[in-house]
Amino acid sequence: MIETENLTKKYGDLVAIKELSFKVEKGKIWGLLGPNAAGKTTTMRILTGYLPATEGRAVVAGYDVFEQAEAVKQSIGYLPETVPLYPEMTVESYLGFVAEIKKVPKSQKKAAIERTVEIAGLKSVRKRLIKNISRGYRQRVGIAQAIIHNPQVIILDEPTIGLDPAQIVEIRQLIRSLKEEHTVMLSTHILAEVTQVCDGVVIINEGKLMASGSLEELTKAYKEKEGLYLRLKKADNEVLNLFRQLPGIEKADLEGSEIKLEWSKGKDLREQVVRLCLEKQLGLLEMRSTAINIEELYLRIVSGGMEQ
Amino acid sequence: MKAIWSITKKELLSYFTSPIAYIIISIFILLSGFFFYSLVWWFNSQAMQMAQNPYYYQQVNINQMVFAPLFHNLSVVLLLMLPLLSMRLFSEEKKMGTEELLFTSPLSVGQIILGKYLASLIVLFFMLFLSAIPTLFTFIYGNPEPLPYLLGYLGLFLLGAAFLGLGVFWSSITENQIVSAVLTFGTLLLFWVLSWAAYSARGLWQDVLNYLSFFEHFDGMTKGILDTSDLVYYLSFAFFGLFLTYSVIQSRRWR
Repeated sequence: MIETENLTKKYGDLVAIKELSFKVEKGKIWGLLGPNAAGKTTTMRILTGYLPATEGRAVVAGYDVFEQAEAVKQSIGYLPETVPLYPEMTVESYLGFVAEIKKVPKSQKKAAIERTVEIAGLKSVRKRLIKNISRGYRQRVGIAQAIIHNPQVIILDEPTIGLDPAQIVEIRQLIRSLKEEHTVMLSTHILAEVTQVCDGVVIINEGKLMASGSLEELTKAYKEKEGLYLRLKKADNEVLNLFRQLPGIEKADLEGSEIKLEWSKGKDLREQVVRLCLEKQLGLLEMRSTAINIEELYLRIVSGGMEQ
Repeated sequence: MKAIWSITKKELLSYFTSPIAYIIISIFILLSGFFFYSLVWWFNSQAMQMAQNPYYYQQVNINQMVFAPLFHNLSVVLLLMLPLLSMRLFSEEKKMGTEELLFTSPLSVGQIILGKYLASLIVLFFMLFLSAIPTLFTFIYGNPEPLPYLLGYLGLFLLGAAFLGLGVFWSSITENQIVSAVLTFGTLLLFWVLSWAAYSARGLWQDVLNYLSFFEHFDGMTKGILDTSDLVYYLSFAFFGLFLTYSVIQSRRWR
């Protein structure tokens, strides 16, 4: 749905993004992840046709961003970092204006506004002036303007920034609900957001692509060890030694009140571990996989510079 | 055209939901009314005196004595007030970040510029129309020639259109509305005083400076003379402003 090839953008001597090539599939939510000033906003601005790239090309929804700009703009909904709102308009008249400039046919304009108000949960504020509604609702209006013309691709730049925790949960739910009909790409530097919302990530740092793919693929590729966290009634050195004797276990350590077990990638020792617990009557209370730990993954990718 | 109109509607809405359009229009009407009233007062007393001498009585001309000076005064008022009308057109969008919405919509840059410019022209038209209502009474109580009268208002409109074209350009340069207004005002003033410089210049320079000055082209129109070169001057001035705006916006995005 979105494809870039050697995308480069320079502001004078400053290189914002460098030879960025990635591919984003249809019908999923993709996170564009990176530290501040990694080039996330620049990448999104190029994809939406707001900024031209210095070199390289980008294809969105089958159209070339530079050669078929108008078709691309028609098939993209974009929420910039600062939500583009006119405070003196009502929510409804604002959505009407956006529908007009996004060339929604006049006969469908009303239906488009109704649909968007419904999806974005704006019923209670639709007649109010934008300057009088809360930050959370403004963000919703921002997302509403991005989906009003039913675009194939939706690009959201830091959609949850500056919201309180309850609002963040609501906005994330809203974004997830868009997945069915649209391809969504959102940028963020909050790692938890990626695990909660996204199906795949594109990780960039200092303008360069570090990794891209679905979360499972990436964890598989970057994780060297697999393992379990165990919570037992009793946890002491004696117990640890029991686990260390189990064939295949490479590490058994105490982390707080939990025991962390590790074995090398490709094996699966979960059954053996449980059997041991039962046989020795260790009182197994809780057990969970050490699997996806996005913080670890991210730090490894960003600092290690491993490329896929 | 539909695309241009949707921008225009939005601009008109923000003109009339903020106090700015109301203030500019009312002050303009107030000043225009005052000038008109005092000119008519002066005209009356002059006409009374001149009536005693049949030779002078033939010279009494309401177009020359009331409307020509009125149009001149109003042209200066426009110069002072129109920069305030154009200052927000692009700078506000830039400051609020709404520029990103406009430039990522399927509208072309040209359509956006024209839409905004058209909205400011509509306000200008409205402003001149309202200020013209009291002057219509001269047609009931006197007999002014309609052609120079209409040409005068046409001249004011064209002059204003040129001012606004330049104003749109300056508002695309900065995100600060005051800076945009001051730059517009400064440039307009410069073009105004060019005719003063023309007095002391010689030969070709004199012609060039006179041609560039706003008010040289306005004179003829208040006397009821429609010269195509005046029309061309104002229209090309407005076009030049819009063209510069277009180049500024395009080049900023390519930088």
